[in-house]
Amino acid sequence: MDPVFLSGQLFTGLSVASLLLLTALGLALSFGLMRVINMAHGEFLMIGGYLTFIAAKLMGPGFLWLAFPLAFVGTALLGALLEFTVIRRLYGRPLDTLLATWGISLILQQAARQIFGSTGVPVTAPAWLSGAVVVHGGVLDGLTFPHVRLFVIVLSALVLGGMWWLLNRSPFGMHVRAVNQNREVAASLGVNTRRLDMLVFALGAGIAGVAGVGLALLSPVNPTVGAAYIVNAFLVVVVGGVGSVLGAGAAALLLGFTTALAEGLTSSSLAQSIMLILVVVFLQWKPKGLFPTQSRALEET
Amino acid sequence: MNRSAQTVLIGVAALALIFAPLYLGAYSLTLLGRVLALSIAAIGICVVWGRGGILSLGQGLFFGLGGYALAMHLKLMATAKGELPDFMVYNGVEALPWFWKPFVSAPFALLMVLILPAAAAGLIAWLMFRRRITGVYVSIITQALVLAFVTWLNGSQGLTSGTNGITDFQMFLGINLRGESVARGLYWVTLLILGLCLAATALLLRTHFGAILTAIKDNENRVRFLGYNPAAYKIAAFALGGLLSGVSGALYTLHLGTISPAMIGVTFSIELVVWVALGGRSSLIGAVGGLILGNLAKDKISSAAPDAWLYVMGGLFVLVVLVLPQGVAGLLNHRRVRRTVPSVRREVKEVTDIA
Amino acid sequence: MKKDIHARKRHLTLLLTLGVLGGAALAQDTIKVGILHSLTGTMSISEITVANAAQLAVDEINAGSGVMGKKIMVVKEDGASDWPTFATKAEKLLTQDKVAAVFGGWTSASRKSMLPVFEKNGGLLFYPVQFEGNECSPNIVYTGAQPNQQALPALDWAMGKGYKTIFLLGSDYVYPRTANLILKKHITDMKGTLAGEEYVPLGGTEFSSVINKIKAAKPDVIINTLNGDSNVSFFKQYQAAGYSAKTLPVISFSIAEQEAQSIGPALLTGQYATWNYFQSLPNAANKKFVAAYQKKYGKNTAITDPMAHAYMDVYLWKAAVEKAKSFDPMAVRKAIVGISMDSPLGKITVDANGSLTQAVYTGMSGAGGQFKVISQSKGVVAPQPYDKLAFPGKTCP
Repeated sequence: MDPVFLSGQLFTGLSVASLLLLTALGLALSFGLMRVINMAHGEFLMIGGYLTFIAAKLMGPGFLWLAFPLAFVGTALLGALLEFTVIRRLYGRPLDTLLATWGISLILQQAARQIFGSTGVPVTAPAWLSGAVVVHGGVLDGLTFPHVRLFVIVLSALVLGGMWWLLNRSPFGMHVRAVNQNREVAASLGVNTRRLDMLVFALGAGIAGVAGVGLALLSPVNPTVGAAYIVNAFLVVVVGGVGSVLGAGAAALLLGFTTALAEGLTSSSLAQSIMLILVVVFLQWKPKGLFPTQSRALEET
Repeated sequence: MNRSAQTVLIGVAALALIFAPLYLGAYSLTLLGRVLALSIAAIGICVVWGRGGILSLGQGLFFGLGGYALAMHLKLMATAKGELPDFMVYNGVEALPWFWKPFVSAPFALLMVLILPAAAAGLIAWLMFRRRITGVYVSIITQALVLAFVTWLNGSQGLTSGTNGITDFQMFLGINLRGESVARGLYWVTLLILGLCLAATALLLRTHFGAILTAIKDNENRVRFLGYNPAAYKIAAFALGGLLSGVSGALYTLHLGTISPAMIGVTFSIELVVWVALGGRSSLIGAVGGLILGNLAKDKISSAAPDAWLYVMGGLFVLVVLVLPQGVAGLLNHRRVRRTVPSVRREVKEVTDIA
Repeated sequence: MKKDIHARKRHLTLLLTLGVLGGAALAQDTIKVGILHSLTGTMSISEITVANAAQLAVDEINAGSGVMGKKIMVVKEDGASDWPTFATKAEKLLTQDKVAAVFGGWTSASRKSMLPVFEKNGGLLFYPVQFEGNECSPNIVYTGAQPNQQALPALDWAMGKGYKTIFLLGSDYVYPRTANLILKKHITDMKGTLAGEEYVPLGGTEFSSVINKIKAAKPDVIINTLNGDSNVSFFKQYQAAGYSAKTLPVISFSIAEQEAQSIGPALLTGQYATWNYFQSLPNAANKKFVAAYQKKYGKNTAITDPMAHAYMDVYLWKAAVEKAKSFDPMAVRKAIVGISMDSPLGKITVDANGSLTQAVYTGMSGAGGQFKVISQSKGVVAPQPYDKLAFPGKTCP
């Protein structure tokens, strides 16, 4: 096979992995740590995209510096509101959160449609991101690394690193892990679990907002775009091992490279089916994912 | 509501449904027939989810298998002898694919309507439950499978007619499907099958099997320690759910005159579950009623206010989950609510104890 | 459900008769038509504006003298981007509202699911979107382009420009696959080279592999039949990979002014599209249509080929009703053949097979998402529902 094509597909794998990871990291928090199946997660990504559009309207070419904080804060506040009004009442009933958040996703989609119209809004990457690094000469002559894709790869690595630090090295993360291990003992030791739940859910939503900014650079921003990501995002979390942030990273890489390989060998359409079936087969082998949370519990709630 | 009032209510509803063709307009009757066909899938969800505690987001897969099995036969019936179905011609397919051939026979197709979905559901369940995959994982895996199936159908246009789906049927068992009185006949056939499925499932759930299933939902490990193999029961329940979905899909295809991938996808599968939740997942009548009324409401609201119906539907979902966790049936039957809700809480507590 | 229960328990046929009479008595000076498009769901992006265009034509006709002295009453239904819903709502429009005609549908799947309903109930559907042909129902008036009125002229134009090596890219559904099947036959016939063919799942957003394959195949031009917002992803990623209209031109069949706006005109500058209509067409009927639409739905709203077809469809129906002197769908279908009018698309005539004889334009995208016409067919092109090369021997009954 053509070495340029081959290395191009390797880069594709990395790029797809970075997008999968971005879409999945917020879920890894809400689903992985709180067992909330947030079907409206895709809509948080969408809202991140629309907030990017608003930032671009306000700022012009330098909009990214506004888009990230705006998207993070905007979606995090919405997440907090959602947690306070709905999710809070459903802890311990994960399958019910699925139904309720599905309803919420419908409402958010229709709201986006009425505010911004059913036609998508244009978001164009700023000039400094629109070029590409091109290899000249040698066997890899012509190999291209688009700046936008490099940017998204860096972004997802940063978000992953930030989340890992937050959960494993900060006092906040210690509380989160404590609550995740044993809610009642954590509460009796003085952790405000209600407040923590809200913070974690809001953080998950905020990360989805940030991811939405990255996605807007490569994909459309329209009311129904969230649906395109949601199934794959869940798969990343499940394959990685529910509750493991690094697992999500490894799973995204695994799925990304598998997709790139399948797309390279067959067609994009067939590759999607292949990938989904492979995930199901993989779970046969490792039902708890790549990095299962160690637990002596007989069963999970 | 007490038991006798409930019986009377169900009796009245049944009578109203039986005589519906005599007083309903043509459109209302077709709509009701379609929704009744769909509600057979709700029985399956009630068994699998309401009683077994397994939330499948992939019922569309089995629904689709049943629907396509019948549609393949109907398509071959609508194609002249020796010719290929039109969509194959337009996709450059030159010979009838091997898996299409036996569907010329109506008995074979009808058998496949039952076997294919049940076998697929059984296989998937065996793969999952053998490895003790539970809860949310099951939901996500089944959702991935239905997406894979739909993507494959879309991509295999020469074999399945892709996004257009299989349409344009004419004859079935010697009956012209476009005839005048077909709508009424089909309605009664659907109602009869629905009644049979309901009765058979209700009887089944009263047996030992039903009791074990409920026990598995409440505490799978306890059932295991008592010497049962929960996986076997769950596989059987899942296969039954698949079978009922398949029957539903075949009838729905007959009512609608078409089946296509978009009809059986992720959204469809979630909506099925949501209407069942609305009616009451653990009550057969609740599940069926929820699906019927939910779909009728959807038709009315979306006609009256297209812009608003997503708000109404979305709001309804949230409200039901928050306020009526056991659905409308739970509201009508207070005793059941008291019995099941605390058991969920107890379970949560126990797990933390063990941890 | 309960609402439309006619309280009388009578024999069905009697009831139906009563229903018809009741409907007729109610509608002395109005005539009902249906508009059936997706107002929600993924397809609403495209279909809402098409529904608006049909509504505009109805409003204009009602502001005048109506149709045969009757005002048109629109029954608007939502297909919800869901094909069974299209079939169900079509059935409602025909059997409950008893509409004289339905204007609607976008995807082939929605049309296919409505077709049996229209044939069973003797209804009449006006379908405004370009499609793959291979269908010829007596109950449908297909006004969008047949493959020989969009895809093939675009191929001719590309070959004429010296783009001989062609890459076919589409969404994985019926129109792209069939259009490409036809194109491949003609590419071989015209001694061109097929560089590659690739399909992406509907709604797909990831094009990294596809672009990598395109790069390896080194085509002169891409013929693009991607659907909806997959185009947005494709053009963003195509530009990021360093391509532009100068280095690798793309001819699209599903990108009109509206899509151009949501992709971002900057990404699309210099790319081509082939249609039967562009907003920039200078004829008088079009100027009037554009002004009226923008007055009603917003000053900078983009106007597209399917919208222009949908708008014109209502006028075609009116002309056919007046010619038939009847609202009966089958009489109207019979009368519509041969009707000719000056529309925003230019001069059009309805062919015996229920499709239009119409002109074909190739446009180049410029600033603001508008297309400048750079090439047009010699005169009008007659519709061919079945491509002679790909499906020899097939004709409309």
